[in-house]
Amino acid sequence: MKEIYSEIILDHWKNPRNKGRIENADIVIEDSNPLCGDKITFYLDFEKETIRDVKFEGSGCAISQAAASMLSEIVKGKNIYDIVKLEKDEIEKMLHVSLGPNRIKCALLPLKALKLGIYSYIGKKYKT
Amino acid sequence: MRLEKYRKDFPILKIKINGKRLVYLDSAATSQKPKQVIEAITDYYQNYNANIHRSIHSLGEEATKAYEEARETVAKFINAEKPEEVIFVRNTTEALNVAAFGLRKIVSTGKILLSEMEHHSNLIPWQQLAKINNAKLDFVGFDQDGYLKIEELKQKARNAKVIAITQASNVLGTINPIKEIAEIASDAIIVVDGAQSVPHMPVDVQELDIDILAFSAHKMLGPTGIGVLYAREELLKKMEPFIFGSEMIKEVSFNNASWNDLPYKFEAGTPHIAGAVGFKAAIDYLQKIGMKNIRRHDQEITDYALKKLSKLVNIIGPKKAKDRSGLIAFTMNDVHPHDIAAILNEDGIAIRSGHHCAMPLHTKIGINASARASFYLYNTKQEIDLLVKSLEKVKRVFEK
Repeated sequence: MKEIYSEIILDHWKNPRNKGRIENADIVIEDSNPLCGDKITFYLDFEKETIRDVKFEGSGCAISQAAASMLSEIVKGKNIYDIVKLEKDEIEKMLHVSLGPNRIKCALLPLKALKLGIYSYIGKKYKT
Repeated sequence: MRLEKYRKDFPILKIKINGKRLVYLDSAATSQKPKQVIEAITDYYQNYNANIHRSIHSLGEEATKAYEEARETVAKFINAEKPEEVIFVRNTTEALNVAAFGLRKIVSTGKILLSEMEHHSNLIPWQQLAKINNAKLDFVGFDQDGYLKIEELKQKARNAKVIAITQASNVLGTINPIKEIAEIASDAIIVVDGAQSVPHMPVDVQELDIDILAFSAHKMLGPTGIGVLYAREELLKKMEPFIFGSEMIKEVSFNNASWNDLPYKFEAGTPHIAGAVGFKAAIDYLQKIGMKNIRRHDQEITDYALKKLSKLVNIIGPKKAKDRSGLIAFTMNDVHPHDIAAILNEDGIAIRSGHHCAMPLHTKIGINASARASFYLYNTKQEIDLLVKSLEKVKRVFEK
């Protein structure tokens, strides 16, 4: 079996990128995983259809926190309609690991939160 | 270890996980099964499978006899006065639901007293009952070392109609003084969650002087899908059934029905016959070893593990093995329990991680989750050494 805790996951867990908060962010979105108590909060600033800036706060297992850190690097400057197309396969590729049905929930939590954030931004945009 | 010879009866203990021999330290979630139990279930399906209580043919008679013998075995195992006081249900959770809703009219608006160390299954049914009945729900706390606050219980028990409490906490490991509690609150209905105690120590309902006891077969070498609600006969007679349908009735018209005698009033539909057969085999197996011996073994392993682990992890609950059941929950500073469990799994070691269905307890002690190693009669001190070695690896991997 390939070890779950690759160098890259441990690196992001030990030195998370984009960790912190954005004051007066356009969108603040929180999600959690009741299975293990993983928590992720994303702070998102948008420029039309792209994510201009992203930061996150959270607590939980190394997989969920590393996934949040890696995802934050990937999505900065990206088009929101491309981000919502990301799925499980892309996350596993990003983490260099394939996970079982229980553990995959930890890896997918940041993506789920991020998508919720984007959807609420889109919703807001059409309302105003 | 005296019980080591029994390991050979458990086929699963020979398998390998990630190339390493399985070290199964998750018996508090579910125990492994000896071949005697597996064979008893196969024997039932191959040789006398039939529905019970209604078929007149030979197989029906044989299956009915086996099912009722299982009930008698359970009754003797917990020293119930009569087999009719043993109701077969799916598991501890279902037993506690049947108890809570069965007591709905008896409890009425009276106070329900729980402890702060309850598993969700001994919390939510009472929460719901309190809401339906508009009754008060109250809680007894535990101290820094994980012991129940008995003085607080004495105060709060005074006007309690029901006290529902675990005999052994599935997170703290604490064994609660049930007999003392039953003495303190002699007017209240005492409901005991025995999920973590009945598999691991002698439990005698008459000696403890309790009214209701709930436990599951799968945590005591038996199959999943069958558990027990024990209640005193006079209480069962007053309790309302929770599940309606066939088998639980006496007379039925289009608009009305009267309830069957005990225990059938609470056992609607075709029950888990194979489960009962396997459950009996499990109890026979446990009794052959002796519950006192199993308790002694658990305590020895726990004592050994407490000593070895205390230098490495933060242990939750009492420091003394004699006050604990055979499980140890712990944390490792900022390493998440899921990461601990994942690293251990690489070495073939199975532990539990999460909130163990006790969210309020974890919130109370200020953590989100914990890791838990739990032991049973087949575990050895060598396995604890392997656990320690693997935990040292966890420390190295996640060193910042």
